Amino acid sequence: MLEVFEADVVIVGGGGAGLRAAIAVAEADPSLTVALVSKVYPMRSHTVAAEGGAAAVTQPHDSLDHHFNDTVSGGDWLCEQDVVEYFVAHAHEEMVQMEHWGCPWSRRGDGHANVRAFGGMKIERTWFAADKTGFHMLHTLFQTSIKYPSIKRFDEHFCVDLVVEDGRAQGVVTIEIASGEFRLIQARAVIIATGGAGRVFRENTNGGIVTGDGMALAYRHGVPLRDMEFMQYHPTCMPRTGLLFTEACRGEGGFLLNKDGYRYLQDYGLGPAEPVPRNKAMELGPRDRLSQAFWHEKKQGRTIEGPLGSVVHLDLRHLGERKLRERLPQIYELAEEFLGVDPARTPIPVVPAAHYTMGGILADGKTASPLAGLYSVGECSSVGIHGANRLGSNSLTELIVFGKVAGVEAANFARSVASSKPADLKRQADAACERALNIVTRQGGTERIAVLRTEMASSMESGCGIYRLASDMRATCDKIDELKARYLNLHVDDHSKVWNTEWLLAIELGYLLDVAQAMVYSAIHRKESRGSHQRLDGFEQRDDINFLKHSLATFVAGGTPRISYGDVTITKSKPGTRAYGAEGEKAEAQRKLQGAARG
Amino acid sequence: MAEAEQTIEIEVLRYRPEQDATPVVQSYRVPFTDDMSVLQGLQYIKDHLDGTLSFRWSCRMAICGSCGMMIDGKPKLSCKTFLREYQPARLRVEALAHFPIERDLVAGVDDFIVKLESIKPYLIPKEPRRLEQGEYLQTPHQLEQYEQFSSCINCMLCYAACPQYGLDSKFAGPGVLALLHRYNADSRDGGREQRMELVNAEEGVWSCTAVGYCSEVCPKAVDPANAVNQNKVNSAKDYFLRFLRPRGTSK
Repeated sequence: MLEVFEADVVIVGGGGAGLRAAIAVAEADPSLTVALVSKVYPMRSHTVAAEGGAAAVTQPHDSLDHHFNDTVSGGDWLCEQDVVEYFVAHAHEEMVQMEHWGCPWSRRGDGHANVRAFGGMKIERTWFAADKTGFHMLHTLFQTSIKYPSIKRFDEHFCVDLVVEDGRAQGVVTIEIASGEFRLIQARAVIIATGGAGRVFRENTNGGIVTGDGMALAYRHGVPLRDMEFMQYHPTCMPRTGLLFTEACRGEGGFLLNKDGYRYLQDYGLGPAEPVPRNKAMELGPRDRLSQAFWHEKKQGRTIEGPLGSVVHLDLRHLGERKLRERLPQIYELAEEFLGVDPARTPIPVVPAAHYTMGGILADGKTASPLAGLYSVGECSSVGIHGANRLGSNSLTELIVFGKVAGVEAANFARSVASSKPADLKRQADAACERALNIVTRQGGTERIAVLRTEMASSMESGCGIYRLASDMRATCDKIDELKARYLNLHVDDHSKVWNTEWLLAIELGYLLDVAQAMVYSAIHRKESRGSHQRLDGFEQRDDINFLKHSLATFVAGGTPRISYGDVTITKSKPGTRAYGAEGEKAEAQRKLQGAARG
Repeated sequence: MAEAEQTIEIEVLRYRPEQDATPVVQSYRVPFTDDMSVLQGLQYIKDHLDGTLSFRWSCRMAICGSCGMMIDGKPKLSCKTFLREYQPARLRVEALAHFPIERDLVAGVDDFIVKLESIKPYLIPKEPRRLEQGEYLQTPHQLEQYEQFSSCINCMLCYAACPQYGLDSKFAGPGVLALLHRYNADSRDGGREQRMELVNAEEGVWSCTAVGYCSEVCPKAVDPANAVNQNKVNSAKDYFLRFLRPRGTSK
């Protein structure tokens, strides 16, 4: 029996973006019923693990132009510049809104919210709540959402498909995890806010739930995934587990050292090395550059070798225990409990790990996808602000700035259309249930979920890592194609209904494989180096003539993705030299001179 | 790697409502390394030995609050409890105590969620403020009054530790009372009166018998027992104050 729930707007994903969108719908029109679907209780969502902070221009000597320029050059000019302009202009009011809702932002002595330095940001503008910013934002949003009676939550409900009828997204089909029962949630607008797909990679910072569900669902319904080759490696993660040590460690003044105790970043165009890292230099450079520097150090035998593999040291000793306990309490706890390292006395061993998907579901500046009625927001979405490399602390801000936009837009759309006939929606839903059930009921499969998942993750790491070669990418394309074929022969031990997590893992593996395939095919077609996509096979340079373009991966049933390209919106920043440290300052001075000469 | 050759026995209290009349113990032998958590042990079982074992987990770093369970009888987060601590003997894992078992290590926590929703866990502004006016001012000292209580990850280990909640689940319990205190103690908040209705009720702070085990098991040093105590003081003040002033508009 298929239960039916009639909503006006359904949101899939209860993290920061989904909750902010739900509140925006409720505030825009309290008469609209919002169904908020989450496969975990919302406060478990992976927003919870974001540590460092959220960027918004705050200080008098900062400006929207500075934040814009940092973001666009940080993204190696692959950003939608009109969208970045909207983003930086609305960031501060959303921080204040979070404050009014109770978010425990860290404060200055005078009671105003404090800001800290972050990688690639010219001026300190990152709002923070100690080093648990995502945790506090998520809990604040979750608890605030309880105020609104029109938000009806479906906690621990797993989304298996979108319902598309008459060319419009009109609902979703879910499994209630506790009972195994299906439900059709009808709605006149659908917002996808399911987060990233970091679990596609082996060593990653992400929680187990970050499996690209919403990306894969939109993709299967014909919505292109944009810029999927751009995967961010975060430079300071725990060896073996990939757990994150926030960039705020460096924002507060931490150093990165190689086996000689040398601040090696000065050898990679990020210097000069000063006792306190200057903004946009050395340890406060962008993540792509720092992860690439690690790769070179390792290749040259200058990493520290040991039972944890090849590592470098994140040295926080000079900050002192008191400051560490105040500003970086979670980092302190992680180092002590998981590594047995007291960071006030011993440097922390770190490695780069896969962290963030810059690309995602194609969306315009108002979060709308090409499929009518379908919106996306947060890491799953490509609204276009991150380009080829995201700056730390832009993504938490993205959740709330565009979460609000998505909610308002979806509410407007929902009011402007009528639902199709219930019988037609139900027929679609029945077919989706059938497909989902088939995964557990079919007989004779022999492939184990964990085996396929492990092979996928290892292959993605070797083909789509920090540096890329056509031969490795080709091998990964072939491997993912092979795994997709083997997926059809999957075996599942568990045939029960109540809390059958193996069933969910099997469905998630299907999502992961589709997203992985979009990533690697997008990567092999981009014959240049830009941001986090760096090649070593004759395409080492950025190529603005041929590749100042967004890649678009379109799903092909039973085949491999079709890759095409779309234009990049440039408003006021022409592609220039992307440089940091002293070279960056020189380049910026030159740009100013040229601007003055033209003006 | 030689260290990978050590193994440990994990006993799991299993319950599959579609086939088990009562919970049953099942043992698994798991290879482990010194840096492996209990959660990683369970993942090994699920991946390689028995796909039917169900448990909740996500972040792996003690912040999402999903993976609380009883480990050798104590409520713990499985992601930051290490297998090496139980060497060379075995360890036993069960669903969190004091909650119904939905399946295997998955506890039914609806009761906690309903309670959390009931205490108005959101800022009720003392003075309304428009966005254009910027943020409320709050000094680091004022932040300190509630910051610790805002760090609760809703893992519910304190409920599994609380003897009173075990006896009578009507008790609001440590985690929810800590959250209530978090908002009451926030200098921006003016909702204390509304929330104290619940605190003063029989299921509120007065049910607590001051055992303090909740604070001992808390993985985030929230110290819910301290929150409950402070509210006993507040509740007592309210009791006497009500003879001195009218009750106003609150019901």
